[in-house]
Amino acid sequence: MSDTKNYMYKSWWKITCILLLVFTCTFGLLVKVPDLPALEETSRNLFFHVAMWMCMMTLFTISVVNSVRYLRTFNLKYDIYARQYATVGILFGILGYSTGAIWMTYTWADPNNPAFQSFQALAREPKLIGAAVALLIYFAYMVLRDSIQDMDKRARISAVYNIFAFAMLFPTIWIVPRLLPSLHPGQEGNPALNFKDVTPALRLIELPAFVGWTLLGVWITTIRIRINLLKEKKMAQ
Amino acid sequence: MKRMIPLLLFLFCTMVTKAQDTRPTTDFMRSHGRIYVVIAVILTILTGVILYLVRLERKLRRLEKGN
Repeated sequence: MSDTKNYMYKSWWKITCILLLVFTCTFGLLVKVPDLPALEETSRNLFFHVAMWMCMMTLFTISVVNSVRYLRTFNLKYDIYARQYATVGILFGILGYSTGAIWMTYTWADPNNPAFQSFQALAREPKLIGAAVALLIYFAYMVLRDSIQDMDKRARISAVYNIFAFAMLFPTIWIVPRLLPSLHPGQEGNPALNFKDVTPALRLIELPAFVGWTLLGVWITTIRIRINLLKEKKMAQ
Repeated sequence: MKRMIPLLLFLFCTMVTKAQDTRPTTDFMRSHGRIYVVIAVILTILTGVILYLVRLERKLRRLEKGN
């Protein structure tokens, strides 16, 4: 059986995920962070809030790859993959959004922070709006899928839609927020990824954190995929 | 539920005694602004989530073998 050789059934990367996350959650809180105005100790959220978005982007990317694979082979297995990766991607997007809301409340919207006195200033934040639009597009993907009864039609239409949704992800979260004045860091480049923004100590924890959380997302997704593959098998019997 | 009551009482007992402890901060968990308490909490949550995932994984493996 070729299925047993699949990455989903291996455990080495799951163990890596656990180790990286334990590393993140201990050293992420112990590392000395630069004392920046308004941010102070909250810079540590880099390992948690930002990692949620990294995980979401990775999962959406895997999802669109599987949609393309479906369109090339018409194997319904890839449709299940694409759907589950998008679902868990949305979950991590919502987590990123809510953690961002908490972080924002105590840094940008802080009453002691005179630069951002009103809610109006925060609501104009292009990354907030962009991420909301991107997530809504993916919600529409789920609604579209579930509104079509015929299995093959559903798989084909949603695969094509998924490609469009991924194409919209680029302007909404990567391009537009960089063109407009933003409260988020990294206006002129890749925030958190270039070498000027992050001290070496932070980087040492940042990259394991991103990989660890992403692997956790992949792990949850593979469990969902395997449940669906089992269901499929049962239906076929 | 009945079996849980002594456990809960026991938990509160320890909390009361800990709260009245006014000795200077010498032990490990109380050092560095008690950040280790936060780490312990986060690690507990992480352990819970991961154990849940591992359990799901085991169940799935059993189901997959059954087919």
